[in-house]
Amino acid sequence: METTTTRVLVKRYSPPQPSPYFQSFELPFSNDMTVLDLLTKIKENEDGSLTFRSSCRMGMCGSCAMTVNGKPVLTCQTYAKDVVKENKPMLVEPLRNFPVIKDLIVDIGDVFEKMRSTMPYVERMEKKAIADGTYKQSSKERKKLEKTSQCIKCMICYSACPVYGYEKDFIGPAAAALAERYNQDSHESAEHKNERMNTITSEKGVWKCSFVGECSSACPKRVDPAQALQRLKIMGSLHIAKEVTKKIINKP
Amino acid sequence: MSSFNTDIAIIGGGGAGLRAAIAAAEENPELSVLLISKVYPVRSHTVSAEGGIAGVMSEDDSHEKHCFDTIRGSDYLADQDAVEFFVNEAPKEIIQLEHWGCPWSREENGDVAVRAFGGMSTKRTVYAADKTGFYMLHSLFERSLKYPNIKRLDEYFVTKLVTDFDSTGGETNNEKRAEAMPSEKHTEAENISAKTPRVIGCIAMNLQTGELVSISAKTTILATGGAGKVYSFTTNALIKTGDGMALAYKAGAELKDMEFVQFHPTGLPRTGILITEGARGEGGYLLNNLGERFMERYLPNKMELGPRDIISRSIMSEIKAGRGFSGPYGEYVHLDIRHLGEEKINEKLPLVREMSLDFAGVDPINEPIPVMPVVHYSMGGVATNVNAKSSLKGLFAAGETACVSINGANRLGSNSLAECLVFGARAGLECAKECKSSKLIHVSARELADEENRIAELLQRTGSKTVATVKTKLQEIMQKHAGIERDHEGLVIGLNQILSLKRELKNIELGDKAKLFNTELTGYLELENMFVIAEAILRSALDRKESRGSHTRSDFTERNDEEFLHHTHVLQDQKATMSLSRKPVTITKWKPQPRVY
Ligand SMILES: Cc1cc2nc3c(=O)[nH]c(=O)nc-3n(C[C@H](O)[C@H](O)[C@H](O)COP(=O)(O)OP(=O)(O)OC[C@H]3O[C@@H](n4cnc5c(N)ncnc54)[C@H](O)[C@@H]3O)c2cc1C
Repeated sequence: METTTTRVLVKRYSPPQPSPYFQSFELPFSNDMTVLDLLTKIKENEDGSLTFRSSCRMGMCGSCAMTVNGKPVLTCQTYAKDVVKENKPMLVEPLRNFPVIKDLIVDIGDVFEKMRSTMPYVERMEKKAIADGTYKQSSKERKKLEKTSQCIKCMICYSACPVYGYEKDFIGPAAAALAERYNQDSHESAEHKNERMNTITSEKGVWKCSFVGECSSACPKRVDPAQALQRLKIMGSLHIAKEVTKKIINKP
Repeated sequence: MSSFNTDIAIIGGGGAGLRAAIAAAEENPELSVLLISKVYPVRSHTVSAEGGIAGVMSEDDSHEKHCFDTIRGSDYLADQDAVEFFVNEAPKEIIQLEHWGCPWSREENGDVAVRAFGGMSTKRTVYAADKTGFYMLHSLFERSLKYPNIKRLDEYFVTKLVTDFDSTGGETNNEKRAEAMPSEKHTEAENISAKTPRVIGCIAMNLQTGELVSISAKTTILATGGAGKVYSFTTNALIKTGDGMALAYKAGAELKDMEFVQFHPTGLPRTGILITEGARGEGGYLLNNLGERFMERYLPNKMELGPRDIISRSIMSEIKAGRGFSGPYGEYVHLDIRHLGEEKINEKLPLVREMSLDFAGVDPINEPIPVMPVVHYSMGGVATNVNAKSSLKGLFAAGETACVSINGANRLGSNSLAECLVFGARAGLECAKECKSSKLIHVSARELADEENRIAELLQRTGSKTVATVKTKLQEIMQKHAGIERDHEGLVIGLNQILSLKRELKNIELGDKAKLFNTELTGYLELENMFVIAEAILRSALDRKESRGSHTRSDFTERNDEEFLHHTHVLQDQKATMSLSRKPVTITKWKPQPRVY
């Protein structure tokens, strides 16, 4: 197979080093090689200390998200031929907006905590025993989860989000999509939805989203978190209005 | 913090590990459950499972049929008591996940949908489009966030299981083990005798800091997945290096049926990325270079929906007969789903389309997909009983890393996700029960210090080999000598090569000497584990002088029930070498018969 040579600039950082630097590698690649393949080659043949996450190499596990030529992508799905520009080196950096642990590995623990705060599980109104079998769900109801349930938690949307960059309290795209996924579930109880909306409409919540939609354009799984955020804002306003009314009515 | 105490330590955050954690946490909210995983749980390889999960869900199906299909599929090597338990529990688990919100695909009437799968006599595979494992894993993970008593150690790599033998000092472990070695006359209950070691916890490395921690646990569950990475051409993720099996073996537990490695018929050339059996379940054809549906020749009654071992061998026969296609990455055949039409492909098999487009540059709506047999699943693993108990006290195992065995010599597609749930839950409940009566024994500081020294030595070591070169060599040897077709000579060569390559471990110098997130170091530790797995596969395969299920010997082409209707167990003996023994297969009502379809 035909090969081309490219220069790859990889951002390196390993504490206690004071600051990151770029390391340059020159290497051949063929048309069927991904950016992850290139990084693996570098690690195996050139510099074993280059550190990055990867696992399934089929775009499902979400480990290998990085910034390539300025854009957050899954490197196992990004072909080198598509990102190599003539005479320009390929730039590989860690995801933005996260603290860097080492080289291309960032600390994503914060988002997992945000996800926990959305209570991402169904609490059914009436509980069936296992012996009584499954619940019904129409294709139409199932379709409502179609987009939001595709999230692989790869963190690309947080890297693309201009707000999360400076406002770490913002719930952010993927966690919002997760909340919306469970809000939309035809099996979810009104009570649990209410509880979820309480967290989401809290101070931090969804309000900070500025609707630039970068998250949705970057998402490799077409989850459309921007739309989820928008819906949550509308639902959130209604929810707050309802809660206020409830309080007024309940006043002795 | 450098030490943790917990009631239950679960190593592995895939389908089996998460299910175990939730089962234990629900059973007793007072229990502390610690889930340890070398990757974030949602990165586990369960995420890649595509086609579906098997369970008797419809009225025209029956437990009897699912049992028989599984047992026949296993080439009569499955333990039938385990299969009966499994078949009975699987639908409950599928329903349980639905109650928790897992979005299974639906029929028109709103019921959970089922599709056809290889070796299953009726439609009984529940699915969520063709991302079943993804939906299952994320649903379990999200659900696990509900329980405050489940704590996680994400990106912690377990380097060692600790037993009370290790911690008491005095006699050497191997002497103790020698005494504890079960003699042939013992029954299973006696085997787990007072003299068997008890697993009291483990040592793990916090990858994000490089620090080693000790974890003391009343009970430990291994849910570390399979070992496909010991081969060079596999559907498996990079993390599937058989760690759990090797950890168990080194602690003195028995491994079982390691010779049985499943080759999936339809992997994409070069990457080995899987095209799900669901593609054939929905009606896809396998075609040779003459455009023939060649399964007509081998399995006319089942055609493309035969069990995997038979289909993979048929593909190899076509290729040998010159009826394959050749490409830069070897010979292949075609999987054709064009006749299903764009709408059905997009609705039922979106991932098949995505994978073909992304990784083979083929749009299956317009072109057939190139496919070849690829290493996929480890039937063997840590020997467990129906209660997910290993041969060591305090140690349980579930999921692909365990061998109960419901899969015998050949697993049926879609049984393994169900296995993860059924035996994951079982392990969680059994541990919860055992925790009531067992005491916590602390992993000693000396134990931790020993492991720290071992790691420090590895970081300092100099040598001429790299992790990558030795790993690649190991994979090539296995691919060549322990593949779809094996024979005595090849296996002997393979074993000798593996044993001599193993000596090269000492010559490996790590390409990274830092403490922090050292993936060279974890790569090395995984490689050590891979040597255990490779040796176990080769030795077990040599011992089985017959062809059964996935294990095909060109020098012994028939199944031989007289001599080989038994499980192969391997154990580390007193000289720290691998010894083999044979254990009976549990037969309840399905007497072995010729495997005809
Ligand atoms: C591409 C593909 C498609 C498949 N499709 C299907 C299907 O459609 N239906 C079906 O039934 N089966 C399918 N299978 C098989 C099935 O997916 C697996 O058998 C199953 O998911 C294994 O789950 P598990 O929980 O045992 O392990 P895994 O999901 O592999 O998880 C292992 C866990 O152990 C952890 N771990 C491992 N080693 C260590 C260590 N040293 N320290 C700490 N943690 C560790 C990992 O971090 C991970 O969390 C498929 C398999 C593949 C490869």
